[in-house]
Amino acid sequence: MTTEAPPLARNAVSPRKTRLGSALNEFGKAPVTAWFGIIVILAYLFVAVFAPWIAPFRESDTSGPPYAPWGGDYLLGTDQLGRDMLTRLIYGARNTIGIALVTTLLSFTVGGVLGILTAVRGGWIDQLASRFVDVLMAIPSLIFALMLLSVFGSTILNIIIIIAILDATRVFRLARAVAMNVAVMDYVEAARLRGEGLAWIMRREILPNVMPPLVAEFGLRFCFVFLTISALSFLGVGIQPPTADWGSMVRENSTLITYGNITPLLPAGAIALLTVGVNFVVDWFLHKTSGLRDEH
Amino acid sequence: MHPIVRTVFQRLALSFVTLFIVSIVIFSAVTMLPGDFAKSILGQAATPDTVKAFQKEIGLDKPPVTRYIEWIQRVAVGNFGESFASRVGYRRAVADIIGPRLKNTLFLAVLTALIAVPLALLLGVLAALYRNSWFDRTVNALTLTTISFPEFFVAYMLMLFFAVNWHILPSLSNVTPEMELGERLYRCALPSLTLTLVIVAHMMRMTRAAIINLMASPFIEMARLKGIPPMKVITKHALPNAWAPIVNVIAFNLAYLIVGVVIVEKVFVYPGVGQLMVDGVTSRDIPVVQACALIFAATYILLNLIADIISITTNPRILHPR
Repeated sequence: MTTEAPPLARNAVSPRKTRLGSALNEFGKAPVTAWFGIIVILAYLFVAVFAPWIAPFRESDTSGPPYAPWGGDYLLGTDQLGRDMLTRLIYGARNTIGIALVTTLLSFTVGGVLGILTAVRGGWIDQLASRFVDVLMAIPSLIFALMLLSVFGSTILNIIIIIAILDATRVFRLARAVAMNVAVMDYVEAARLRGEGLAWIMRREILPNVMPPLVAEFGLRFCFVFLTISALSFLGVGIQPPTADWGSMVRENSTLITYGNITPLLPAGAIALLTVGVNFVVDWFLHKTSGLRDEH
Repeated sequence: MHPIVRTVFQRLALSFVTLFIVSIVIFSAVTMLPGDFAKSILGQAATPDTVKAFQKEIGLDKPPVTRYIEWIQRVAVGNFGESFASRVGYRRAVADIIGPRLKNTLFLAVLTALIAVPLALLLGVLAALYRNSWFDRTVNALTLTTISFPEFFVAYMLMLFFAVNWHILPSLSNVTPEMELGERLYRCALPSLTLTLVIVAHMMRMTRAAIINLMASPFIEMARLKGIPPMKVITKHALPNAWAPIVNVIAFNLAYLIVGVVIVEKVFVYPGVGQLMVDGVTSRDIPVVQACALIFAATYILLNLIADIISITTNPRILHPR
C-alpha cells in the first residue's frame, strides 16, 4: 500500500502528467472487451436518461392490441395488455437501472461507512457490527429478501431498503478488511496524533487508499443487486406493475416462449448484456489497479 | 487428533448458535408485521371479531418470548403450524404442504450436484493446468458470460431451443410422486441443465483460481525442480493440499444452488420448496415463508459446517492460522 492517490480519488494531480491525460491514455490502451463494456454502459445510460424522448409511446399506453406481432406500428410487438414492447424496454432501462443504482449507492454508503468506521475504531463496535453481519450472511440473501418482502410488502422503497441492507453486509466485509490494512499505517497514526477527528481520518486518510477495490466492488455489487432485483421482479414480488421493469416483463410475456416467440428473451437479454458489459469493465479495472500495485 | 476434535466441536457449537439466532430473526418476521396485516389477509371478512380471532390464532396476544419458545418447540418436532390459507374445517398444516415438495427440491438439487460437481472440478483443474491456452481462454470467456446472465435468461434460452424448437425435452417439469425414475429424470432435465450451467461456471472459476494459487506455492516448485513427473506432482503433492479449497468451493456453490433453485422452479413450474416460498410471499402466507426460510437457512449453515469440518480434517494447518 502506498500513499499515492489512485486514479479515481479527488484532488489527485501527479507531478508528471495530469489526471485527465493519464486517464485518456489508459482508455486508449483498454482491451476490446473493456471498450465493448464501456460502450454498452454508455448506451444504456443514454437510453435511460432520454427515455421519454426516444420511446414511441407512453410508458403505460394500452392502446395497442394484446400480443401484437413484430413490425408495423409496434416494432417489437405488444405485451399481454397491448403495451408497446419497445417503449416498455426503453422505460425499463430507466426504472430497472435507476432502482439498482440507488440501491447499490445506499448499500455502499451504509456498508462502506460502517466498514471503515469499525476498522478505525475497533473494540466492541467492531465486534458487534461483525457478529451482526455474520448472522445476516448466514441466510442466503435472496431467501432473506423474500421473507422480508412478504412481511413488509413489495413497494419500490421497501425493495431498495431491504436489498441495500442485505448487500451492505458484503460491502462492509470488504471495506473493513481493506481499511484494516490501511488503519495500521504510520500516516494514519500521525494524523491521529496531531489530533484529527474520526471523520477526517476516515475521509482523508483511509478513503482514498481503499478506493480502487471499492470501485471494482461497486461494479460487481451493482451487477449482483441488478440481478437480484430482476430475479425478484421476475418472481412477481419485486417491482410491481404498471412500472415497466425488465424482470417483470419476462414473467408477464413468458407464455410467448412456448410458441417460439423470442419477445420475452429481449428484456432478459437486456439484463444479461448490461451485466456482461459491467463485468468486462470491472475485469479490466481490477487488472489495471492490481497492475499498478505490482509496480511498487 | 485431540485439537481437531475440539475444533470440530467448536464449529458445531458455533453453527448451532448461528442457527438459533437465525431462527429468532425468522421468527421475528411475524412480530414485524404491519398493524393492518390481519385486515389485508382477511380482506372482506375483516370484522373486528375475526381480526381479533386471527390475531389470537397466530398468537399475537402473548408476549414475544413465550411465543418464540412455543414456536421453536413445535418446529423442533417438525410442526411448522398452519398456513394462513387454512379456514375452519379446512386445515392446511405447513409441514404437510412442504414435505413432498422438499423431496422434489432435494431430488433436483442432488441430481444437479451429481452432474455439476465432477464436471466443474474436471474443467477447473484442466483450465488451471493448461493455463493461458486456447482451452483456458475459451472456458474463461464462456463462464464469465454465463455468470453475468440472470438464471431465468439461461432457463428460457434452453427452453426455447430444447423444448420449443427441437422438441427434445419437456418445457414444464410437473413431476408427481408416483412417477417412475426415468420419467422423472426426463422431466427434470431442463431445470437441472439450467442449474448445472449456472453453477459449473462459478465452481469451475473458483477451482481454477484455487489450483493456480496452489501450484504457485514453493513446495510444488520444489517438487518440480526435483524432477518429479508432472502427473505425480499433481497427485502426490498438489491434490492432498487442494482438498480444503476444493471442498470450500463445492460447499459455496451448493449453497448457491439453494438460491438458483427458487428461480428455476418458477420458470419450469417445478413443484418444489422454492416455488412454494415465492407463492407464500405473494399471498403473504407468513408461516409457509418462515418454514421455507428456515429450511433454506439451515441447509446453508449445514453445508458450510460440513465444508468447514472437511477442510479441518484434511488440512490440519487451518488449526494454526498464520
